[in-house]
Amino acid sequence: MSSYVITVSIFIVIQAIVAYGLNIIVGYAGQISLGHAAFFGIGAYSAALLSTRAGMVFWVAAPLVMLITGGIGLILGLPSLRVRADFLAITTIGINFIVEALFLYVPFFGGALGIGGIPRVRFMGLRLFGTSYLGLCLLCLGAVILVSWWFTKCWAGLACMALGEDETAASSMGISPVRFKLLAFVIGTAMAGLGGALYAHQMRFIAPSDFGFPVSVMILSLIVLGGMGTLWGPLIGAIILGALPEIFRPFTEYRMLLYGVILLIMIRFQPSGLLGEDSIIRKILKKYWTGGNDEK
Amino acid sequence: MLLQVNDLNISYKEVRAVHGVSFSIEEGELVSIIGANGAGKTSILNALIGLVPCGRQSSIFFSGKDITSLPSHERARKGIRIVPERARVFPRLTVYENLLTGIYGLRAKVDLKERLEWLYGFFPVLEERREQYSHTLSGGEQQQLAIARALISEPKVLLVDEISMGLMPLLVEKVFEILGDLNRKFGITILIVEQNALASLRISNRAYVLEAGRIVMKGNASMLIQDKRIREAYLGI
Repeated sequence: MSSYVITVSIFIVIQAIVAYGLNIIVGYAGQISLGHAAFFGIGAYSAALLSTRAGMVFWVAAPLVMLITGGIGLILGLPSLRVRADFLAITTIGINFIVEALFLYVPFFGGALGIGGIPRVRFMGLRLFGTSYLGLCLLCLGAVILVSWWFTKCWAGLACMALGEDETAASSMGISPVRFKLLAFVIGTAMAGLGGALYAHQMRFIAPSDFGFPVSVMILSLIVLGGMGTLWGPLIGAIILGALPEIFRPFTEYRMLLYGVILLIMIRFQPSGLLGEDSIIRKILKKYWTGGNDEK
Repeated sequence: MLLQVNDLNISYKEVRAVHGVSFSIEEGELVSIIGANGAGKTSILNALIGLVPCGRQSSIFFSGKDITSLPSHERARKGIRIVPERARVFPRLTVYENLLTGIYGLRAKVDLKERLEWLYGFFPVLEERREQYSHTLSGGEQQQLAIARALISEPKVLLVDEISMGLMPLLVEKVFEILGDLNRKFGITILIVEQNALASLRISNRAYVLEAGRIVMKGNASMLIQDKRIREAYLGI
């Protein structure tokens, strides 16, 4: 593989990791968030600061980064307990702008210049980049998918999904809205934090604009495209939306237009996403895999 | 006294829906609150499970404990379960997953396998469809799922909200028969709120008649069913 393909792949994998986090919050727990890039950024900045200022190695810093991001996610998830649907969407947009502004205007975060000189990740003395770094990212992606899968199977996940479907009915079944909304926010934002850490060590230089509102929109588009609340949707979405701009590189100015058109087409014709329930692809897969036996 | 409601007032902004309603339910009873559309029946049930706040002087006691200020999920844990209006099953969860949500937090106390067997005896269709998404069920099947989802936790009291709404007459009869059986054979305490006065009075021990947010009559169901005013107003006889 050429280093170009590897670099693109690394970004696709990182985006997928962040998208899996959003999928927990939006797809499973049904809490709309348009500020996910804020947590991606918090992860990236924590990783950058821990490695450049505190001199921490990645392996120690990464779990810490997830703790920090998840902790902030817990606090910033609090509005979801009070406001719903469209109001929550606006609140999360606000959170995104505030976090980006903090990175930009607080000198501690390096201001508009961002943070540079982030070292590469080392493993047993070896500097990881290119293929080996892609391997690390894939491992993390695997872990994130595993956690997502476990989430759909465990009791807490069932509680979150019930809440996402019908909050009133769920709470009258004994499911505490407070606890499980926040749980979804913590898990989802911690995943974004992990993605952020990987991003920081890949770019080795980060700036506030990497984590702005358009990035949140892109991550949301990606899970809408792939299929919200499905296990493989975020990955498919990340691959398609990550690879398309590279394939259509000559039309790079039209990238946002392309996103818009794809989203509109999806919402009109496949509202549940490529892998969502009742989608064309799912029907075809079902036909081939189960020989037409409709099980679920 | 299992459930005791004192001076229940419910207001939505300036509009008062329920005025000083008091009633009680003994363990093992089947009690109905009947009344027309907009009389405040659903508001009362929602206040009982903590989904709408009640007025200042109001108090709700459950097994002798004041639960007036408990959030709804804690009331559910204490054994108050509701079959909501129009079932409100979780559409994108399977039938089986819907049933599982019913024992959330009570896994250790409930023998899931035994409970499921018992419930499938009442509602065989739920076993047939256990892997199906619940939005693919018919209205009647969703109501059965909602009842089963509430019953799986072995509730101390079952609240049933307008279960006849949107069901065809034959099913209404069947569902009320099941509710009657649950009460008589298994001793489950049930509170039904209903527009369909005849069907609910037939299976009830006692009933309250609600009009414009006030209780205007109460008594034994067998007596109320004979009452001239009730027959005129609700039974159309």
